[in-house]
Amino acid sequence: MTMTLDHPGTLPAAAPNADALQRQGARERRALASLTLPGAALIFVVLILPIGWLFWQSFFGAAGQPTLENYARMLKPVYVRTFVTTFEVSGLVTLACVLLGYPVAYLLAQLPERLAGLLMIFVILPFWTSVLVRTYAWLVLLQRTGIINTWLVDAGLISEPLPLVHNMLGVVIGMVHVMLPFLILPLYASMRAIDPVYMRAAANCGATPAQAFRQVFLPLSLPGLAAGVGLVFVLCLGFYVTPALLGGGRVSMWAMQIADNISVYGNWGAASSLGVVLLIVTGIILYAFKRLFRTENFGGTR
Amino acid sequence: MPGKVEIRNIRKSYGSFVALDDVSLDIAPGEFLTLLGPSGSGKTTLLNVLAGFVRPDSGSITIDGTEFLTLPPHKRNLGMVFQNYALFPHMSVGRNVGYPLRLRGVSAAEIERRVRDALDLVQMAHLADRGVDALSGGQRQRVALARAIVFEPSILLMDEPLSALDKKLREHMQLELKRLHDRLGTTTVYVTHDQREALTLSDRIAVVNGGRIAQLGTPDEIYDRPRNKFVADFIGETRFLPVEHGASGLSLYGRPLKVRDEWKSLTGDTPWLVVRPERLRWHGEETDAANRIDAETTGVIYQGDSYLVTVRMPDGVEIDLRRGPDIAGKELPQRGQPVHLWLDREHTILVSDKP
Repeated sequence: MTMTLDHPGTLPAAAPNADALQRQGARERRALASLTLPGAALIFVVLILPIGWLFWQSFFGAAGQPTLENYARMLKPVYVRTFVTTFEVSGLVTLACVLLGYPVAYLLAQLPERLAGLLMIFVILPFWTSVLVRTYAWLVLLQRTGIINTWLVDAGLISEPLPLVHNMLGVVIGMVHVMLPFLILPLYASMRAIDPVYMRAAANCGATPAQAFRQVFLPLSLPGLAAGVGLVFVLCLGFYVTPALLGGGRVSMWAMQIADNISVYGNWGAASSLGVVLLIVTGIILYAFKRLFRTENFGGTR
Repeated sequence: MPGKVEIRNIRKSYGSFVALDDVSLDIAPGEFLTLLGPSGSGKTTLLNVLAGFVRPDSGSITIDGTEFLTLPPHKRNLGMVFQNYALFPHMSVGRNVGYPLRLRGVSAAEIERRVRDALDLVQMAHLADRGVDALSGGQRQRVALARAIVFEPSILLMDEPLSALDKKLREHMQLELKRLHDRLGTTTVYVTHDQREALTLSDRIAVVNGGRIAQLGTPDEIYDRPRNKFVADFIGETRFLPVEHGASGLSLYGRPLKVRDEWKSLTGDTPWLVVRPERLRWHGEETDAANRIDAETTGVIYQGDSYLVTVRMPDGVEIDLRRGPDIAGKELPQRGQPVHLWLDREHTILVSDKP
């Protein structure tokens, strides 16, 4: 042993055991990869195949003939309006979520971890109730004879009930309620990851608390904010239940258009093409966000 | 010269834990003062009180005669180097260094000039456009230093700035910091738990323990005249031997002990002999100016630049002593052999374990 070490020239030309060790490594990698098989198979069957089928379907008309009419139809004003409304509502909801959620996430991130964890329950609480129930609850609160209008009229603050629901306002209120946790969670995670020493360093450099926030904390929290904004916006684009119930038929969104195409017209091809467009638009937006803010994942931190 | 700091009666407690217990300290203009102590001693708390990040319960700090303690951190105009540098990750090196100037409304051209000067001073000018993520630990350290001095603060605070660097770089940066301080003459308060760093850098050292200043003095005062057992223990490779204090005076293992400073007995406290291995002589003769200590060698370990010799005292206490590789005319003691050690009177220092 020491002999060969002292005289490297006497070492055998081939590296001993190299092949066996390499095979061992390859075997280990295969074994690890095989763990993902059940999940990958499931994703293929329930996600990739149906989407492929959707894509295929979108090129067939109501009578089963191959056609591009499903895509051509989307240029009609009614579809364009729906498309614009979808983006309007999604944008408004996202904006409202940012304005409401950023301060909450900031507060939670400043609190001691245990207290923040406790308060976080209130953020997550809505997740424990079904969206349908929450949406009907908003209907109870917001309708003409609902609790809010009754109180305001009784208090003499207004003489006529306010139109709070069955319009854009109602849709936005209901959707913000559902979406807020999706903004707060990734944002909070990324704010937690910001070392508080940066704020001290900024103060030491001479920054007032407001300057330190704007010039140091806010830029550092942007990746988390981008993650939350991307998530909320994309979820809004395909949202169905809440806008359908609170919009009262007056606010038409993309997902409702898809549902109508199937339940009212029984046109699977038309519905599929709308789904494909929504999927592509969503993909583009996610990609743009990723490029813009270099968020490596949508969990939050950079 | 500006930069005189007077710290008076600072108290800070967290519940029942007293972090700072009535600390008072004067720092002269241009002085390099180190707060040295173990973790939890209160040294960082004191620095954070100075910087304005910790609000003490009471006390006063004046800088050049002006009360300072009630100012918010951003109005204190102090340069600070943080332990992990705290360089803003979303700004380039140049923008990091220029940030304090930008906040002070300095013109763009002036900012550029002063950032370049500050980066030149720490030999980082060539990396001004880099992102901070691309820098090594030593480079970050220099940039943090440049950011702390670019606005010419009258006081510079440093919170264990070298602790994240490896040993070699740390020693190099110590010398650079010292040179920089000599050049700028900024009053500097430096926090460290590394005694060698403190000895190397400081004009004066405040040894902090349990929220109090255990001893304040120049490096040689702290090293050669420790005031109590804590200070003697914290600085240097110190061993302690119990000294008997009887009617006939002081003695060590039955031999009368000749000490430099007379032992001022307080009721009940034991005198301890401070044994600094490098002060022991391995040969000599018993005179009025030297003490002899008899022991037995129980182990010898070769450590490259020296030997670590373990000796057993008559009472069974074992201590490790560093011995140079080559002491003329004296053989290396062997395991099991008796050994005679000599300690000059002027290095025979007693401490008590009371503060």
